[in-house]
Amino acid sequence: MLKLNQINKTFNQNTVNEKRVINDLSLYLKRGEFVTVIGGNGAGKSTLLNLIAGVYPPDTGSILLDGEAITNLPEYKRAKHLGRVFQDPMMGTAANMEIGENLALAYRRGKTRGLKWGVTNKEKQIYMEKLNNLGLGLETRMSSKVGLLSGGQRQALTLLMATLQEPKLLLLDEHTAALDPNTAERVLELTQQIVSANNLTTLMITHNMKQAIQYGNRLIMMYEGKIIFDVSGEDKSKLEVTDLLKKFEVVSKGSFANDRMILS
Amino acid sequence: MELLLSIFGATAQGLTWTIFALGVFITFRILNYADLTCEGSFALGGSISSVFVVGLNLNPYLSLFVALLSGLAAGAVTGLLHTKLKIPSILSGILTMFGLYSINLRIMGQPNTSLVGSKSLIFMIKDKLPTAAELGIKDIILQTGVILVVGLIFSLIAIAFLYWFFGTEIGSCIRATGNNDTMVRAQGVNTDMTKIAGLSFSNGLIALAGALVTQTQGYADVGMGQGVIVIGLASIVIGEVLFLKAKNFAVKMLAILCGSVIYRIIIALILRLGLDTNDMKLFTAIVVALALSIPTLLKNKPLFTRKEVKPPF
Repeated sequence: MLKLNQINKTFNQNTVNEKRVINDLSLYLKRGEFVTVIGGNGAGKSTLLNLIAGVYPPDTGSILLDGEAITNLPEYKRAKHLGRVFQDPMMGTAANMEIGENLALAYRRGKTRGLKWGVTNKEKQIYMEKLNNLGLGLETRMSSKVGLLSGGQRQALTLLMATLQEPKLLLLDEHTAALDPNTAERVLELTQQIVSANNLTTLMITHNMKQAIQYGNRLIMMYEGKIIFDVSGEDKSKLEVTDLLKKFEVVSKGSFANDRMILS
Repeated sequence: MELLLSIFGATAQGLTWTIFALGVFITFRILNYADLTCEGSFALGGSISSVFVVGLNLNPYLSLFVALLSGLAAGAVTGLLHTKLKIPSILSGILTMFGLYSINLRIMGQPNTSLVGSKSLIFMIKDKLPTAAELGIKDIILQTGVILVVGLIFSLIAIAFLYWFFGTEIGSCIRATGNNDTMVRAQGVNTDMTKIAGLSFSNGLIALAGALVTQTQGYADVGMGQGVIVIGLASIVIGEVLFLKAKNFAVKMLAILCGSVIYRIIIALILRLGLDTNDMKLFTAIVVALALSIPTLLKNKPLFTRKEVKPPF
């Protein structure tokens, strides 16, 4: 489904701030896999997702999605195949536009847009149903501005928008990190529900080891731009937080204390 | 009587400037882009329109259309500078504006052009109407009346068009780009294109307004665009203050129409009080600065905090 071949990415090349963020990374995702990505600050998790989404191109290496080379395809073109939810709840929606209008923008992902009316009544029925499935009461607030919603509601809406047109790959960039624990839990449940219902191939970044173990059927751990641990199936379901911490201790040696604080 | 006459004149003037304010509204409020191209494209429309009527003796309606097209091009230039060449937004607009000054001088061949005695838009319309003497009114009243009706018709057509356009799929994408361009790209839309389209539309309208103003006031000047963005902003903020609760897009645009007219009436009244014309720009600048700072000034007051409705989670 998704194939990353020997990707390298260095920021601020040839300056004092040079930082090699992705280091000869290769990754292969099978259809229907729900992969959680874990790692400390600066491990390259978000960069990995941004490379797949096309925010910037890799320095070397290639990216294939469903057999199609997308390495240098502009962000808006590959968006056709990708659903994205961002860490910042403000990033995934247009605050001054209505819930229905936001959904209508997402409903047309990958389609040509013309001078037809932006939201039709027929679609509104579909949105109503989908919002109803979220169970947040948003179906009665179709013409409310998204800016009036809470962070959790906005993330749930972004999640719905990302999957309204079924994506080949769903990219979740710490999408619950900015939410309070209860809300985060709720959004994760919704994520699980939507991913399972559509059997979506998913890549989810998280800072939280418990979440990384609890959700998905494969887990990868990143450190200094490399994948240092890759576990799936039964091995993953047996995994515990202490195992992950040990793994971190081995690779990060002295700097571990810092990461431990961040991760716990 | 004289007071009424000056209000009448101000209303007519406000209506001819409405399209200009709508153009500024597109960039400033919808696209969230402070576009200074408008100062150049306004004069561009005026220059083209005056030369069409005076030098080339062509139809004034045609001049409006050509002005519109030239404004579309001017906006596209700013858009390309900003999106493709990555020049900061304000600077892109300034560069186009700056360049347009020379272009406008080239078009007119002189710093200003008078339409007196030529077949201007207003002249042609008046030609079809009975004369002021036949109607038993002063010529100035007939003249102002014609300008008022022309301004109103053009403004309403522009509002209807914009209401339709920004409701379409492409229009929705332009609106969303001003909100959050990351999200728009994530939904598969080329935001470079939406920005260029928005800037183009805005400046097309602004050049049309420049042509319309030239046709109604009877002259074009290469400096006619200087500082006009502030007049546009004044019209927008006055409209917003008057229609604070407006949610509907059409109502918001009608508010700008009212704002444009009220701005002109305020200026007319102040001038009647004996204030110097040269002080008007300072006055307008202060009004706009105050109006734009209202949200910040009110933020700290508990009186204006919203009643919090606890969301379900």
